[in-house]
Amino acid sequence: MEGHITCVICPVGCRISVKKIGQEYSITGNKCSRGKEYALNELVMPKRILATSVKVLNGTLPLASAKTTGPIDRALILEKMSLISKIAVEAPVEIGDVLIDDIDGEGTSLVATRPVGRNETSNQ
Amino acid sequence: MQAVVVGGGVVGSLLARELSRYRMKVILVEKSEDIGQGITKANSAILHGGYDDPPGTLRARFCAAGNSMFKKLSEELKFSVKRIGSIVVAKNEGDLPKLKELLENGVKNGVQDLKIVGKSELKKLEPHISDDFKFALFCGSAAVTEPWMVAIASAMNFASNGGEVIINDEVVGGRIVERKVVEVCLHSGRRIKSDLVINAAGLFFEEVASRFGIDVPKVKLRKGEYILLDRKASSLVRRIVFPLPTAEGKGRLVVPTVDGGVLLGPTSVELPGFTPEDLSTTAEGLVSVRDSGEYLIPGIDNPGWYIKSFAGLRPETDQKDFYIKRAEEIKNFITVGAIRSPGLTAAPAIAEYVVRNIVPEADVNLVERDDFVPIIEERERIKDITFERVSQLIKRHPEYGRIVCQCNEVSEAEIIQAVRDGARTIDGVKFRTRAGFGRCQGGFCSWNIAKIIARELNKDLRDVRQNSEGSWVVDGKVRQ
Amino acid sequence: MKRLITDVLVIGGGAAGMACALSAAKTGVEVTLLEREPVVGGVLNQCIHNGFGLQFYQEELTGPEFAVRLQNEMNQEKVTVIGESYVREIDVIKKRAMVLSPLGAFEISSKAVVISTGARERPFGSLLIHGDRPSGIMPAGLAQRYVNLENYLPSRKAVVLGSGDIGLIMARRLTLEGVEVVGVVERMPYPGGLTRNIVQCLEDYEIPLLLSTTVTKVMGNGRLEEIEISDVDESFMPIPGTSRRLKADTLILSAGLLPQVEDFDNDLIVDPINKGFLVSNTGESSIEGVFAAGNDVAIFDLVDYVAAEGWIAGRHAALFALGESTSGDRVPVLRGENVGVLVPGIVDMEEHLRLYIRLRKPMNEGTVVLKELDFEKAFSYGVPSEMIQIVINKEKLAPLFSAGRLTVEVR
Repeated sequence: MEGHITCVICPVGCRISVKKIGQEYSITGNKCSRGKEYALNELVMPKRILATSVKVLNGTLPLASAKTTGPIDRALILEKMSLISKIAVEAPVEIGDVLIDDIDGEGTSLVATRPVGRNETSNQ
Repeated sequence: MQAVVVGGGVVGSLLARELSRYRMKVILVEKSEDIGQGITKANSAILHGGYDDPPGTLRARFCAAGNSMFKKLSEELKFSVKRIGSIVVAKNEGDLPKLKELLENGVKNGVQDLKIVGKSELKKLEPHISDDFKFALFCGSAAVTEPWMVAIASAMNFASNGGEVIINDEVVGGRIVERKVVEVCLHSGRRIKSDLVINAAGLFFEEVASRFGIDVPKVKLRKGEYILLDRKASSLVRRIVFPLPTAEGKGRLVVPTVDGGVLLGPTSVELPGFTPEDLSTTAEGLVSVRDSGEYLIPGIDNPGWYIKSFAGLRPETDQKDFYIKRAEEIKNFITVGAIRSPGLTAAPAIAEYVVRNIVPEADVNLVERDDFVPIIEERERIKDITFERVSQLIKRHPEYGRIVCQCNEVSEAEIIQAVRDGARTIDGVKFRTRAGFGRCQGGFCSWNIAKIIARELNKDLRDVRQNSEGSWVVDGKVRQ
Repeated sequence: MKRLITDVLVIGGGAAGMACALSAAKTGVEVTLLEREPVVGGVLNQCIHNGFGLQFYQEELTGPEFAVRLQNEMNQEKVTVIGESYVREIDVIKKRAMVLSPLGAFEISSKAVVISTGARERPFGSLLIHGDRPSGIMPAGLAQRYVNLENYLPSRKAVVLGSGDIGLIMARRLTLEGVEVVGVVERMPYPGGLTRNIVQCLEDYEIPLLLSTTVTKVMGNGRLEEIEISDVDESFMPIPGTSRRLKADTLILSAGLLPQVEDFDNDLIVDPINKGFLVSNTGESSIEGVFAAGNDVAIFDLVDYVAAEGWIAGRHAALFALGESTSGDRVPVLRGENVGVLVPGIVDMEEHLRLYIRLRKPMNEGTVVLKELDFEKAFSYGVPSEMIQIVINKEKLAPLFSAGRLTVEVR
């Protein structure tokens, strides 16, 4: 079995070739070790960092941008988006605040990536 | 005494304003969401000299007269006019008779400041004109303006003098008793008692007339396509540049706009049917506009300068002239229709003539008011005033210091004022303030303009439109 | 009227401006940063996706995180930030600007000026696509503003024109929020954005990428209803008989970015290929004491490059203000074969050389050759959308002095 994957760990975008020889995988084309790991993962279970927005209550902005602390199973993304769209967080929000703990059952959290101040008179 | 003016374009607005000089209640009815959204906003914005029109026509009668009224009108209604003059260029000796014909027409029509020039003076008048051209007819009274502002300011003045402006409603017919209109019926169901109806419905003048059972010439629609160029293009052109006219019309021009850009066009294509909503541009139309511009001013067709392309429609009839007449069938119904080129220029003269000469024939007694105020309140534009004056304004209203439209230096205060003056849509703000008209075409600011409109009108952003019905901007919230 | 004085005036508080202000302040001068929004950060504030900071901070950050880091560092130095300010007029020789803000109109004089006004998106109107003029046609950045900052969805069903990064990012963003993205239309035979984005924005969501295709007509009464697309040939002319229609209420435009130079191009020289200010590797423009950095110099593909260039310009602007300018001998940089966008346009031999190159055409394999420096760098899978960066230490620049120029070629 053989496949080619474009690594997306960094913007270089190495073209990595993966060949299965018996029980082993032969991986070529990667410029760093992260690429090797990425290529293997893409075949078995592709994972992605999810970046999105969370509703903020009583904030100076209506939304706090957020991301998962690490990549999560790509297949879970749309389901998690549905969950994320239903929650709201009280202002103030700081970068790194945990908005959803252990979002994927493997310890990855959703954290805020933008600070949002508090505004009591906010109508958002 | 109550009068209804049908159509809030430049002609209808000026007519309504003219009527409001007299003691009567006047109602201006516009079917779209704002004043000046039909023919008025999509034309060449030129105040023609008046030499193009065959002597004896209504066009000829009202063009030069209207042109000379614009100085005072622009002072009263505070819109911009730039009297840059125009040139009709010709290539060789064989074209001179045509130029002379235009000159003679002009003299007969009362046009001032008209002369034929040779190559060296042509080059002084317009340095970047193509070397192919050796002669030109120069007209010093030609100018450019902002037609939608003429209509908007006119309607504002009309309203401040007690006139009523109805938008988003349409005149669908009327009740006629003994060959006179007594009541006008609107689409909303409202009925307005009327002693006088003036039909200035632009593209729809024939349709409105037919709703009252009145026969007028059949209307044909002509589409004109334009390309608007960046301010950088104005380094190549100073005057309104016309090619030699043909049977089709004045031709495709190069026109400096009143706020520093350049307009190329228009084409002139008759539409097969009555499709007034067809404002689409075409591939062929845009190519011909570009080529014609390049033919007159080499180098003007620079893709780096394209801001946008659009199309406008004009109502034409077989007579190729204005149709201004009190109806045979109904004594107090006046149609001011087929206002094609030079309609904008002629509009103030038409309004004056219709009110002073035709309205009295409709058994309407005109008694002048002594409290008509022809001048509207100045709406200061940050871009046009001195730094010291801006500083003063900001001290009183900090919103003058918050610039929303970077490309055209339009402040939040001006946008708020536009909404208070009647703008309900993003385009309504755009046409009143020039916000969103610049290089980025609203890419950086239209969300902010929409937000300000929503805040001022206490609406959700979902309910703010770009312009006409159905032109929604956002569908709903991302997070509820 | 208030008159302010500062050492270095920075116009524009995006990535370049913030890095510049920070660097200038660290060099030991007073810095005033003018920003037109109420907050600094520029487009970083709405770029909530990952991919920023790998080089500048050795960490992968989202746009807002990158912006907040720079902002926090700025707050600890002598940088005065004036938000909601607009430069109405500036004399670049006298280094005097007239500024409007809600707090008042004021004049500000400085010893050095940095222009970091970034870029704008190419608007729909300039593409001369024919048809109707309905609402629903917007640049990708405007859609991004609505979704990520204003909390509004500007679309239900969208087509994206242009496969540049911003279009790809928005294709994904809109899809995640429930919008049906029908496809991405690209007139070139290859995509315009980073490969990583093709994979993570399109392939992941099975959004079709239609290469060698363009939008030829838009239709709709009020709001957009339908788009006509056609295959195109090598000159981007539509191929007759290939047109078909897609139903959509939104056309997202990713048709390119334009450096915002128009307010200054009567004074400063603009590179005609980059379409941005001509600068040296110190960030200095064609006018002494006036510097430029960021997307108003050339369209960069990584914010890290923008911040790095802003950093250098900031230091040199500060040195200029201190009267300690270390300007060395300067030579022009010339473009050889297959070189498109190229920064800088001039090499000042007192500063390290950071070269940024975009290929004109994709090349599977090639070598960047700096002839006069006897330097070569091989690359593979080179595409115009991914800049090649080459850093040469200033000690190695000596040969340029006798050569009188630097030629950058790609073979």
